[in-house]
Amino acid sequence: MAWLGEILISALILIGALFLFVGSFGLVKLPDIMRRLHAPTKSTTLGIGALLIASMLYFALLQDTLSLHELVITVFLFLTAPITAHMISKAHILRNTALQQSLPAPPGEEGWATLDRVGPDDDQPPGAGAPK
Amino acid sequence: MIATACLIAVAAISVSMLMNLYRLGRGPDVLDRILALETLVVNAIGLVVVMGLWFNTSLYFEIALLIVTVGFLSTVAFCKYLLRGNVIE
Repeated sequence: MAWLGEILISALILIGALFLFVGSFGLVKLPDIMRRLHAPTKSTTLGIGALLIASMLYFALLQDTLSLHELVITVFLFLTAPITAHMISKAHILRNTALQQSLPAPPGEEGWATLDRVGPDDDQPPGAGAPK
Repeated sequence: MIATACLIAVAAISVSMLMNLYRLGRGPDVLDRILALETLVVNAIGLVVVMGLWFNTSLYFEIALLIVTVGFLSTVAFCKYLLRGNVIE
């Protein structure tokens, strides 16, 4: 029974390393930052998830000690990876005015919510617009 | 068998970190460099987890947790600085 666990853990380690490698390779290979953003934030998170599952299985099956630190890392990483991707893409759109002109117009009266000006220098009186 | 898999994984993650360093030095925009730093942090977490598996200690997971926290906070602080010109308003 132990050899089955060893095969499973080795396969998970290799899958995790493969996805980490694919994510970094996409970071080098892809031509644009918006396309380059996909590789690290999706593939690398999957690779880390596979490595942490392998670690949990290793300590549960072969060492007979239940280790729950990995769950904390998994939850934290899976929560923060979309937030960092969102922050980077938002900073990219707001820093690039030529890109803002080339955005397609969304249906309806409202524009892109990313481009709405908020803050104390807003020219609307307070309470005039829709709440954020 | 697990030691062999860990060896291959460490080699793959090291090559990945070298590619991240290439993007960190090359990247045309500053956001590329931020993205490369974030990916470097995630690869470092993977390296620490594989090392903990290899050396059979569960001590390394606290280190991985600290690296995760520092990487996320630094990325958000960099993006916030680029967006608003300030980190804490």
